[in-house]
Amino acid sequence: MTGYTATVTVRLKHGVLDPEAETTQRALERLGFELDDLRSADRFEIDLDAADADEAGERAGEMADRLLANPTIHDYEVEVAERE
Amino acid sequence: MTVSVIQFGGSNCDRDAVRALSHLGVDAERVWHADGLPTDTDGIVIPGGFSYGDYLRAGAMAARQPIMGEVREAAADGTPVLGVCNGAQIGCETGLTDGAFTTNRSARFQCEHVHLRIERADTPWTAAYDEGDVIEVPIAHGEGRFEIREDRLDTLEAEDRVLFRYCDADGDATQGANPNGSTANVAGILGARETVAVMMPHPERATLPDIGGTDGQGVLRAFAE
Repeated sequence: MTGYTATVTVRLKHGVLDPEAETTQRALERLGFELDDLRSADRFEIDLDAADADEAGERAGEMADRLLANPTIHDYEVEVAERE
Repeated sequence: MTVSVIQFGGSNCDRDAVRALSHLGVDAERVWHADGLPTDTDGIVIPGGFSYGDYLRAGAMAARQPIMGEVREAAADGTPVLGVCNGAQIGCETGLTDGAFTTNRSARFQCEHVHLRIERADTPWTAAYDEGDVIEVPIAHGEGRFEIREDRLDTLEAEDRVLFRYCDADGDATQGANPNGSTANVAGILGARETVAVMMPHPERATLPDIGGTDGQGVLRAFAE
């Protein structure tokens, strides 16, 4: 078994309204920053032991399917790196 | 009929629900989620509140507690199940109903009275009303915007499973009368069976005459049958 960190990034699907991101963007603009758009995302870093990187990614994907993301509004991606 | 009102850590409308049901002569009791569903349960309310502090997403944690497996089984067997506010979020998260309730378009917590149009009157939840009736009930939520995949919305509409829509006092479901940006002004929907419903507004807060308005009584009367 090898130690991995699986990073799951959960984002709103394209086209789903993100009022918090819009509010954050407006606050940045009030501070004088110029920007075209702002998107927010949730990132989960999961440490786990697995036989290989594929297995680690698969398990993290299942976690996203069953809890971390809501398929009605979210897309997610999983990246796996060996833990040092 | 004994209604189990399921209490999670952070639920805060459980007592209101018991009080409102008792006022209508319905036997109701609070049930701590970890104790499981009592065997004499004839009806289930998933009450409002902030279960698990809305961690991750409103309702996400409560939806994955073991008691919700029992609730899904009971729902599939025809036991009436009503999810209100946080209970509606839990209902969607646990798959009792389609779609999701997420951050209000305003990005604010909104606590106000709204009008709802009864979309169909042939369900246990709306038998006390006529189709097209307008009722006034309160909302109190930060994550009440109904979202659903477009094709699933088509199915929901085609199967006539929208129960309540936000509307103005005349019953028109306008954008101006939509408090939170919900898709198609949806405020409440049915699950796979007509005995399962979720709604963001609070019928139990519009049941006791002393606290203003009794328009919500009809919804809870589903349990009085």
